[in-house]
Amino acid sequence: MVVIILTIVLGLVMISMAVTALTAQRVRAAVLASGIVSLIASIIYLLLAAPDVAMTEAAIGSGLTTIIFFYVLNKIRRSDV
Amino acid sequence: MEIRMLIGSIVTLIGAIFIFLGALGIVRMPDLYNRLQSGTKASTLGTILSIAGIGIINPAWAGKAFIIISFVMMTNPVSSHTLARGAHHLGIPLSKKTVIDKLKEAEANEKKEEQ
Amino acid sequence: MVEIILYIAGGLILLGMLTALWRFVEGPSSADRIMAFDAMTVTSIALIALIAFFNNRIIYLDVALVYGLLSFTGVIVIARFLEKGL
Repeated sequence: MVVIILTIVLGLVMISMAVTALTAQRVRAAVLASGIVSLIASIIYLLLAAPDVAMTEAAIGSGLTTIIFFYVLNKIRRSDV
Repeated sequence: MEIRMLIGSIVTLIGAIFIFLGALGIVRMPDLYNRLQSGTKASTLGTILSIAGIGIINPAWAGKAFIIISFVMMTNPVSSHTLARGAHHLGIPLSKKTVIDKLKEAEANEKKEEQ
Repeated sequence: MVEIILYIAGGLILLGMLTALWRFVEGPSSADRIMAFDAMTVTSIALIALIAFFNNRIIYLDVALVYGLLSFTGVIVIARFLEKGL
């Protein structure tokens, strides 16, 4: 029961963050919102008893993708990022 | 046995209360720098206490819990400091009740010495 | 008794995570959003430790270890990005 409630709450947060990433005004906010989507996805993988998938999602989705996005944004430097 | 598990769970509960108060401070504080204080320091202490409580409940996990605690304790204040410095460089305004701004004075002094 | 206390602790941690999320949605500047992201990452480490206790598997703590290492580098890179010049 507790697991179901936790999964529903985290899933709702995940969907709202995905919508935020689509509709955000600035690129920085969209990249950070997609980072939060990966963060919560890894917790949900952990609740589904898949720790190796959760570890990969944490390392690549939440860590590496955000770093690479900001590295590229640093190279571009337009006024609206 | 039972007493040890009770002590560990109470330590975890104290850590959870610290995490919640830190998150409340993130919403309620007036400007970015105060929010950084409550957002990183209180959350770090809460996480450390929670993981220490889990380590007390289950003594076989104490080694790994200690490694996580040392990582969080070393890395999180550094990231908070770097973020505050970047925000000050970016020119985010301080709240109106601020009394002193030492970083601004230091930068002005450095500029004066260069000239 | 122990499990009830830990359930209350888990509820408080989840509530803290949602409260930090409100600052992420509201936040006037980008630094506020980065701070909320950092706070949510640190909070999720505690949540993962609780999930590891309830499932009684030590391997789950490795995910918390990865978060403890990676949130640091992410925030450092973003703060250097804000300060102009990576």
